[in-house]
Order: sequence, then structure tokens, then C-alpha cells
Amino acid sequence: MTVASRSEDADRARRFRDAALPHLDEVYTLARYLLRSAADADDAVQECYLRALRHFDGFRGQAVKPWLLAILRNVCRAEFARRSGSMAVGADADMAEDASPLWQDETHSAETEMLRRHDAATIRGFLAALPEPFREVVVLRDINDLTYREIAEVIGAPVGTVMSRLARARGMLREAWLKAEREQECGGEHEEQSR
Amino acid sequence: MTCEEAGILLHALIDGELDAGHAREVERHVATCPRCAAQLRDYRAMRQALSAPALRHPAPASLRAGIEAMLPAPLARGTASRRGVLKGFAMGGVMGGALSAALAASLVLYLGRGEEDRHILGDLVSAHLRSLQGDRLTDVQSTDQHTVKPWFNGRLDVAPPVVDLTAQGFSLIGGRLDYLDGRPVAAIVYKRRAHVINLFVAPADPQASGRAAIETRQGFNIWRGAVSHLSLWAVSDINAEELQEFGDKLEAAVKSGS
Repeated sequence: MTVASRSEDADRARRFRDAALPHLDEVYTLARYLLRSAADADDAVQECYLRALRHFDGFRGQAVKPWLLAILRNVCRAEFARRSGSMAVGADADMAEDASPLWQDETHSAETEMLRRHDAATIRGFLAALPEPFREVVVLRDINDLTYREIAEVIGAPVGTVMSRLARARGMLREAWLKAEREQECGGEHEEQSR
Repeated sequence: MTCEEAGILLHALIDGELDAGHAREVERHVATCPRCAAQLRDYRAMRQALSAPALRHPAPASLRAGIEAMLPAPLARGTASRRGVLKGFAMGGVMGGALSAALAASLVLYLGRGEEDRHILGDLVSAHLRSLQGDRLTDVQSTDQHTVKPWFNGRLDVAPPVVDLTAQGFSLIGGRLDYLDGRPVAAIVYKRRAHVINLFVAPADPQASGRAAIETRQGFNIWRGAVSHLSLWAVSDINAEELQEFGDKLEAAVKSGS
């Protein structure tokens, strides 16, 4: 390797490090919510940064964060596809969006009901139960704090889709939330009935 | 505004993505619709709960180190840190006996590892990183040891051992020609799950210490071993135990095969 190319490499590495490493926590967070285990998330994030480094030269002017998250998402989807042989995310999501109108979601919720706080583990459980396309928009918006435009970039869909998917996702989340509260309240009764 | 429209737009309202005109419209609707008002209140509470730091997953230090390590190292890092040590040592004389003794000890430790040693470890990691970055992980891609082994014929003055360790959990991916310390060497590539293991094979240096041990450099584990007249190094980001296992199985397989 010549001295010139080595210093070019070092310069490129420095630019990549400055641009990409500050977003590591967010990338890892998304990986943890998309994949089942911490070890899988580790592998996926490593692979994401490898791919990002490889394509860094072709990367111009966009925001780094959505770009990285989009790569991570692709890595995760490839991993799903490899494991299950199926992960038709787009189709699933569109179908689900058509399935029921938003404003009829909560069949039993009383208007006076107030969401109570759940601990982090419970909330993680709610999120894990969401179908993947809905889980990812909630994580990107509410946990990673991306704007709608950024989310649109990550998932490669128009902002309108982000909005409807997010509304639907939060609807499901709220339902799970309220259901857990009802069960907490009348846990005893439920047990009686199920016997 | 209908409940259907409000059902989507109230999220944009919460998220601060709505322009003032639409925001007023949503608020006007919510003021007259208890159902949407309840939703808005719940979604606000939910958003609040979801912003809890406990729901974020900070990257583990090991992952950060691993990613740092796969980036090409900045120029002349070695010389810089060495200068740092020497400077500290010189200052020790000024700062007093105890401290300078400690510094002297660390300097001895620092210099204790041979220059050659550090040089080869750095080369190994660089070669490993190069193999991961380009499209040149393998020159010959095959899971068949009888394809990979003959490929090296005539390319090197040694015949590297190529053994299939798939049954032991390390699948053979292929091989390539690489360079260590300016000399051509064989690199045999294995995978453990998604992790690449590069096994470098070079003629044994009679000067080299023969100890088989795992060392860590830039977040990568490096196993070194030897069979008959060959030096072996395996470099990977898998954990030390697994790499040791790889080394043990490799040596066992090579010895039983030859």
C-alpha cells in the first residue's frame, strides 16, 4: 500500500467515524427492537456499519442518520428473510392499513379512560407484540425521535404512508395498553371466569 | 373535519409536524369530539411514556469497540502513543521517585513486547479488515477443501493446510492470497455464524515465540498457533473462547490429517 493511499484511507475512515459513530445508539436501538436477541442486534449493527463504510464514498449530502437506519433495516430484513423465508413487510402493512378504519379501533375503550404508566419491560412487551412495519415506525418516531420525513427516508415510503402507519401503530399500542390496564384491574375476575 | 381525518392528524399534532392552520382545525375538532379528545390525551401520555430513557438501547462498549476497530487505523498511531510514553517517562524524573518507578515499569512493559510482534499483529488486523471491506474476501470461493487447497499450488512456497471444520461449527468459505510483512501468505477463510475468521498461514519463523495464545488488538481476537513448519494466525471478531475452540479444532484436524 502506498503512503498516499494509506493517508487517503485514514482520512476517509476519520470522516466516516465522525459522521456515522454518533448515531450508533440509535442504530442499535432499532436493531434491538427489530431482532429477537442482543447477539443478533450486535451482528446486524456490525454488518450495517461495514456496509455503510463500503458505500460511504457514494454517499453525498444526505443526512447520515436515516441513511444508516435504512441500511440497518435492510440488514435486519435480509436476516428475517434468511430465517423464515418470508417477510413481505410492505404487503402486510398495506393490508393491515386497509383492514379496519382507525377511528373504530378501540372497541371497548371508554372516553374517560386514562392511560396509566407501565414500566419499561411492559412497554417493551407491547412494542414487541406489534407487527414489524408498525413497530419500526413507533420506534423511529417515539424512541429514536426521527421526523416524519426522516422516517419516510428510512422505510422508503411517502410521508403519507408514514403518517397512516404511525396512526395505526399507535392505535394498536393504545389498545394493548388499555387491555393490560383492564386486566390488571380485574385480574381476579378473569381468573375466575377462565376456570 | 371528520374523526377519520383527525385520527391521523392528531398524531402529526402531537409530533409537531402540523402547520398552524391544520393544528387549529384538529384542535377545534377535538374540542367537540370526546372520543378524539380521549385519544389525543392517551396518545400524549403514551408518547411521554415512550420517551423514557429506559426504552433506548445504548450500544454496548464491545460493539462500539468492534466497529471502531474495523475502521482503518489513523496514520502512525503506534509512534504517537510511544512518544507519549517516553514523554511521561521523562517527566517522571521531575515528579518524584514513586511515580517515575511506576512509569518506568509501564515503559518496560510497553517495550517488553517485541517490535516485530506488534508489527505482525497490526499487519494481521489490517489484512483482516481489508478482506472484510472489499470484494476480495476470497480469491477462490469454495466450501470444498479439495478445491481450496490446490488453488494455492504454485502461488506460495508452502502448502497451507486446508481443513473442513463445518462439522465443528466453522464453515470453510474459501481462500485468497494475502500479504503479511511484505511476504505472500495463504489466507483461508471460515465463517462462524455471520463472523468471518481469517486464518493466515506462513512459513514458521524460527525466531518467533511458539506460544499459542489469544491476543486482542483493535477489538479483534488473534489466535496464534503452529503446525510442523508453519505459523498460523486466526483473526476474527468472535469471542476469545470461540476463537480458541477454532484454533484447537484446526490444529487437531491438521495433525490428524497429515
